[in-house]
Amino acid sequence: MADMHELLRLLGELDDQLVSCMRCGMCQAVCPIYGQTGREGDVARGKISLLEGLAKELVKDPQGVQDKVTRCLLCGSCAANCPSGVKALDIFLKARVILTGYLGLSKVKQVIFRGMLTKPGLFNTMLGVASKFQGLFTSPVNDIIGSSCSKFLSPVLGDRHLMLLAKTPLHSEVPSLDTPAGKSGLKVAFFPGCLADKIFPRVGHAVLKVLKHHGVGVYLPAGQACCGIPALSSGDKQSYEKLVRANLDVFARGKFDALVTPCATCTSTMKKIWPTMASGMSQSDQQRIVELSAKVMDVNAFVVDKLGLKAPQPKAGAVSVTVHDPCHLKKSLGVSAQPRTVLRMNPAYNVVEMAAPDTCCGCGGSFTLQHAEISAKIGMQKRDNIVGSKAQVVATGCPACMLQISDMLSRSGDQIAVRHPMEIYAESL
Amino acid sequence: MNDALLKDFQALVGKDNVMESEADRFSYAYDAAVLEPVLPGLVVRPQSREVLGKIVKLCNEHGLPLTVRGSGTNLSGGVIPSKGGVVVLTNALNKIIEINEADLYAVVEPGVITAKFAAEVAARGLFYPPDPGSQAVSTLGGNVAENAGGLRGLKYGVTKDYVMGVDFFDVDGEIVKSGSRTVKCVTGLNLAGLMVGSEGTLGVFEKLILKLTPPPLAAKAMMAIFDDVNKASETVAAIIAAKIVPATLEFMDNFTIRTVEDFAHAGLPVDAKALLLIEVDGHPGQVADEAEKVETICKRLGATRIQVAKDAEERNKVWEARRAALSALARVSPTTVLEDATVPRSQIPAMMHALEGIAGKYKLTIGTFGHAGDGNLHPTILTDRRNTEEWHRVEAAIDEIFDVALSLGGTLSGEHGIGLAKSKYMEKETSRATILYSRRLKKALDPKGILNPGKIIGE
Repeated sequence: MADMHELLRLLGELDDQLVSCMRCGMCQAVCPIYGQTGREGDVARGKISLLEGLAKELVKDPQGVQDKVTRCLLCGSCAANCPSGVKALDIFLKARVILTGYLGLSKVKQVIFRGMLTKPGLFNTMLGVASKFQGLFTSPVNDIIGSSCSKFLSPVLGDRHLMLLAKTPLHSEVPSLDTPAGKSGLKVAFFPGCLADKIFPRVGHAVLKVLKHHGVGVYLPAGQACCGIPALSSGDKQSYEKLVRANLDVFARGKFDALVTPCATCTSTMKKIWPTMASGMSQSDQQRIVELSAKVMDVNAFVVDKLGLKAPQPKAGAVSVTVHDPCHLKKSLGVSAQPRTVLRMNPAYNVVEMAAPDTCCGCGGSFTLQHAEISAKIGMQKRDNIVGSKAQVVATGCPACMLQISDMLSRSGDQIAVRHPMEIYAESL
Repeated sequence: MNDALLKDFQALVGKDNVMESEADRFSYAYDAAVLEPVLPGLVVRPQSREVLGKIVKLCNEHGLPLTVRGSGTNLSGGVIPSKGGVVVLTNALNKIIEINEADLYAVVEPGVITAKFAAEVAARGLFYPPDPGSQAVSTLGGNVAENAGGLRGLKYGVTKDYVMGVDFFDVDGEIVKSGSRTVKCVTGLNLAGLMVGSEGTLGVFEKLILKLTPPPLAAKAMMAIFDDVNKASETVAAIIAAKIVPATLEFMDNFTIRTVEDFAHAGLPVDAKALLLIEVDGHPGQVADEAEKVETICKRLGATRIQVAKDAEERNKVWEARRAALSALARVSPTTVLEDATVPRSQIPAMMHALEGIAGKYKLTIGTFGHAGDGNLHPTILTDRRNTEEWHRVEAAIDEIFDVALSLGGTLSGEHGIGLAKSKYMEKETSRATILYSRRLKKALDPKGILNPGKIIGE
């Protein structure tokens, strides 16, 4: 694009959404980044006014505005607490696309998104190779969490404690499935998501075990692509749409009542963001998005709401487990009771609440790579709350949160396991 | 900003705490008032009170306008840097220095968040009553500078009633001390009183001494429903006349009721012409007695229905409906103009009548809710500032709202401040001599006119 007039025209299209912000500043109370920096440019009100300033040519520096707009976890805390109902997340995603269109996508991101992520077969192969060699560059640090660290990769990864790629990703063990509905009379499509496939296949296996136990048929097609959020949050609409279409194609071939994922971010992307960002796509794609999005459910919400699970009393001496509410589950989708019910289904565990269970863990996808220091500060507050709960296990319905929380706990030397609620339920079956 | 000066600021507060990029500066060009943004030349975020004083001195030496900003929730343009210059953030000065349970006071830095302070005080079994609508984010320094009010004004008063002392920097960066930690203090001029509501034009707050009280032991909330606005307004007057001072006595008109109900589904009666939300608090015996009397008065003056909250959950529901008022109205249209002209409470029926007339005359949607008990209504104009023709009508309506409030013996602003937005109306309420006196005061204390220039008393 690289045309100022076009930039102004596209920003002008956001005007109806921008103008609904009344500058009350209530977002300051909930923004995790503002909580760390106290800077107006980091909070939704500041970003929105910058976009408005740019659209009205009061601000002349699109790069400066983009730098602010991308300093955002996309956690949605601001939107969930906005008195005037400003759709801040929609605005920021659209703005990232518009600004990236004007400023261009970085070479690194072009290679990652356009060369790798949008080619699921190649992406899987490359990560499969990487998983064979990662042990050479890393060493295990925490057995309870299963994390490793890497001196060799520290220029890129800093002092992170990593969860390594699984030796065998889910798609290698279970390439595809198409089982009929059993005693539940229900059949779901299963979208594990990249992290549950490649880093936490144990979560994928747990989901399949629970579904099987309840007689739920599963449609798991091969060739699933990433849900698209990493590309979209970098403003790469081209790659994003390619990924969405790839998924629409693979799921079009199955018949199912709901599409479930164990990843909060994938769920909210497919359910909320796909329809919001569909306007540039073909009529038939838009129609397919509407139909598929309506079926998307968080897997915890599915098993509790559709299978009618009733939790037993916990046994004496049960293991204490505390719950972190992923932003994309609670704030985006209003799902917070169900993961707790899923945990209570295993009587060997006892749910204890931490302080502020629904504050962001600070991951925010690639935010944690680009703004490692702020991300870790936010994450350490979460870590302190987890430790404060005295729980032996922390459970959360999002593999991205699991990565961040594992990193924070492991860096602090805590002996607290990080699990998905479905893993804990599956353990009892 | 020239390079040498920029380096001076960087040396004072550290490079990380000086913001000079266009995007950073534009983030401090506005507040919550519907006014045009003005770009500051520089934004600094001092990390200590000592450095704050040095910044004031440096600005004065160079004649740089200085606007202090807490959380930027001002509704009258009080923190818009209308002459450019330096915006000084207080939000890193957020320490509660002392909470003294024996002597019922607290000492705080200006950047402490109101709600966090109130929670900290409550955790010690004490009470800080001022509760402005923005308390979840507003700073105590901002509350004092604006003399912020809130829902509890009727019984507990406003911020000024809780300020025991203010230590502040003069333009030379020297500390001026005022007030004390004692209940009684007549040492010197009442400079703390001068600072309250001064909107950053006379000094820069260094720390505040705030009064605390024991909390009420019990509270009871109720909702009275009326088929006539006049009956509701008369009920307000009758409750006060019966020597009962509720902690809160809030009003909502039919438009607000319907909008809140659409938004929050709180079970409000959408056909009611007006609602009063009333809470009495104090000793349990007194609460039971007053609640009964209030109920009787509401019935006598024609309330069609009265719902008394039976437990904390029901009480919470009553206040949730009130708290949702502004949010619900704000969703109706792109621009929300929230006014706070205030009248003696006996004039509320006349004010309500006038507002209805103004809405009709200028063909505007006005939802009215607010603190009926203290005469501070919030006529809220729902509009779209991009519609120039309608915006002119809004401006004319605001002028007329002020005229009516003044003609009823009221005031321009109950709690939002004068700032830039209402500065031009000041003389209408006061006198030429008042403006000139205030300007002479300002000139004497701030000869170069660096402290938040243009606010309250104009140039």
